[in-house]
Amino acid sequence: MSLLELQGVSKRFGGLTANQDVSFSIEAGEIAGLIGPNGAGKTTAFNCIAGFYPPSAGTITLNGKTISGLPPEACARAGVGRTFQVARTFTSMTASENVMTAAMLKDRKVGSARETALRLLAFVNLDAFADKPAASMTISEQRRLAVARALAIQPMLLLMDEVMAGLNPSEVREMVAVVLKIRDQGIACLIVEHVLEGIMPIADKIVVLDRGIKIADGTPAEVSRDPAVISAYLGDEA
Amino acid sequence: MKRALPWLIAIVTAVVLLVLPQALDATHLNIVILVLMAAQLGVAWNVLGGYAGQVSLGHAAFYGLGAYTSTLLAMKFGINPWLGMLAGGAVAALLSFGFGWSCFRLKGHYFAMATIAVAEIVQIVFTNWDYAGSAVGLTLPMDKEGWAVMVFPDKAPYYWLALGLLVLTLLATLAVERSYLGYYLRAIKDEPDAARSIGIDIGRYKQVALVLSAFFTALGGSLYAQKELYIDPGSVLSTALSIKMALVSILGGVGTLLGPVIGSVVLTLIEEFTRTLFGGSGRGTDTIIYAALIVVIAVFYPTGLIGWYRERVRRIKARKAGAKRDDAAAIKQEVLL
Amino acid sequence: MTADILLQTLFSGVLIGLIYALVAIGLTMIFGVMDIVNFAHGEFLMLGMYASFWGVALFALDPLLTLPLTALMLFAFGMLLYKVVIRRIIDAPMLSQIFTTFGLMILFRGIAQFLWKPDFRSVENSWASGSVKLAGLQLGLPQLVAGVGAVLVTVTIYLFLHRTKLGAALEATASDKEAARLMGIDSHRMFGLAWGIGAACAGVAGVLLSTFFPIFPDVGANFILLAFVVVNLGGFGSVTGAFWAGILVGVIEVMGGLLLGPQYKMAVVLVLFLGVLMFRPQGLMGKA
Repeated sequence: MSLLELQGVSKRFGGLTANQDVSFSIEAGEIAGLIGPNGAGKTTAFNCIAGFYPPSAGTITLNGKTISGLPPEACARAGVGRTFQVARTFTSMTASENVMTAAMLKDRKVGSARETALRLLAFVNLDAFADKPAASMTISEQRRLAVARALAIQPMLLLMDEVMAGLNPSEVREMVAVVLKIRDQGIACLIVEHVLEGIMPIADKIVVLDRGIKIADGTPAEVSRDPAVISAYLGDEA
Repeated sequence: MKRALPWLIAIVTAVVLLVLPQALDATHLNIVILVLMAAQLGVAWNVLGGYAGQVSLGHAAFYGLGAYTSTLLAMKFGINPWLGMLAGGAVAALLSFGFGWSCFRLKGHYFAMATIAVAEIVQIVFTNWDYAGSAVGLTLPMDKEGWAVMVFPDKAPYYWLALGLLVLTLLATLAVERSYLGYYLRAIKDEPDAARSIGIDIGRYKQVALVLSAFFTALGGSLYAQKELYIDPGSVLSTALSIKMALVSILGGVGTLLGPVIGSVVLTLIEEFTRTLFGGSGRGTDTIIYAALIVVIAVFYPTGLIGWYRERVRRIKARKAGAKRDDAAAIKQEVLL
Repeated sequence: MTADILLQTLFSGVLIGLIYALVAIGLTMIFGVMDIVNFAHGEFLMLGMYASFWGVALFALDPLLTLPLTALMLFAFGMLLYKVVIRRIIDAPMLSQIFTTFGLMILFRGIAQFLWKPDFRSVENSWASGSVKLAGLQLGLPQLVAGVGAVLVTVTIYLFLHRTKLGAALEATASDKEAARLMGIDSHRMFGLAWGIGAACAGVAGVLLSTFFPIFPDVGANFILLAFVVVNLGGFGSVTGAFWAGILVGVIEVMGGLLLGPQYKMAVVLVLFLGVLMFRPQGLMGKA
């Protein structure tokens, strides 16, 4: 049994079909990339997995338990962590308070939540910011903070939505290092990404969507040779 | 020395508060009582409006429910006001469930409008309910006195009650602020979707904030009833009251513990000042001043007086840190600020 | 209850509903264009009523004569208010926006009370006074004129929005501010325009009301809540929605009063309001 399984997932918004019959699976401890041209439906699939939309058809299971149709907070409790395209850190709080709030899902006590928060901030190299306001951090730092926050709920699967977008090369390297460390902890990562040079080198598997349909599914090497994938990207640029 | 300052302020405040009833005459003591009562309502409102970020403009509904419940229980069933107060709190908390269930899915201004509508409905109901005195209102019996029935001929005991209730409400708010509940509410206010993504059931926690807020607001209503010994829809269910409860927090600083207290002091000072300067509130000059104040605060100082003060302190500290370096660097710091 | 009384009530409901519609149209435009709920909208109505009153008291000019001038004055006032206050809170947190317009509401009421005292005023013997018999129904002429006036203004606004370039620019800003900006439409000008038109609509509604409704500083309070209900029912941002919803609310209000007693009129409307907010927040016709 895979950690995450999507079976025949479709999502329609009125007349628009964002996802059509998408199926793929992710194993525990795997790094998977979800790529595709603009408008492919990547973020929609993401939001379905994280509970922000119920799928119009199909099922999503996490460790055998059906999570499709559950609200976001239930998906979080089931073990799905996520970040957003815009970091959405809690701006009235410090960095450690951001992570503490998430840690409280597992342990309500403020003292132990703070310990967890400090440990996770060190994990993403943000320990210097522990008591600084989240609002004073740069975009790249806030992204890493959002990752630390998501990790605090002890997820089995971490969904990352374009964490590398708009980062300079050294920031991309920092983020890649964090993702690898997460994988080493045994947490599976599903990453939506446009910055291919960030995701292709580290992914165990790549799923490619184009206009709502899955067009490829395999190792990075297989996928980068797949003619359907090449034409989807080139066709988009032409 | 700097560490001792907050403690010093706390001790001085405590001493002043203890001595006040002896030091002031009845009229001035009454003003202080009004400040305490307004502050308590502001603190209660703030749990929902400031911490959780749900702006209620109809909180008078809970206030009135508290006042009417304890009064009706005392008048019709002879129930002790101490119990009646708790009963009033319970009734308000109960109403808040129905209210939260139906309205928390609404965002921002929709929620605010729903609160106005609910408060109006409650006011209309009580204005037309003969059992509760309709528009004429209810007068509490004055035959007995003393702590058992919470009726006193002079002001001092009411001062202690108001102060006690304020301290109680502050302690409850502090307990919330320091617990996981406080963190959850702030998260809900800042980024509701992100809060959900870390497992927070936002509807449930908004409801918790509302129940607490409604409960303490209702206690304030009961205290008012026991003090004035007369209530009617106009005095305990009006929109003007709802506005004041929110205003006191906005003025002092939403989402801060002592913001509503400061706001209450400033607001009452303004009211008294304009009353003596322009004579009588018939011409409504105090209303004009405090309305202008609301607009100025909302536009320029949304974090209230406390927020403004903290920002000034931060700037002064930053400037001082800059002055320690050499000139060029100091100038650069000024420019960046 | 005879069919006559029913029909009479129905018609009077439609007439007052048209006034509600006119007030709501301004409110819904402001929201549609810039996502701000103007709690002070009732005060534009109040100012229109007072303008009407002073026109009669000081210059012996009938409200219908001074109507165009009042509309212009309120248009200017609305734009001024935007430039001086509202412009600063466009991107502010919702709490600030709510409290700014709420504060303005209290401020205008306070100033009106200070300048003109809390006494109730009225406009007597205007051109539109007395009553008329129409199809067997006895109708007040002021109400009839007001209703007709409201329809005329609504149609004018509708034509403006859908048949003129400026109106199209306004609609564009309402549906997508950024896209409109890229096409060269200045958002700030559009926002100011929305406030001007919104204020003018409410002001005209005030003038029309002044011939049969008492005039006092807090009169806006009677109408703002109703305006919210109408806007919500018709869909925030929808002018046509506000029109039909206004009529509906007017009818429901008077019918509620007929069936349950006048003191419960408002309660009926409010319960409807809460119902719509809970079960169909986008209203009958509007965008969510």
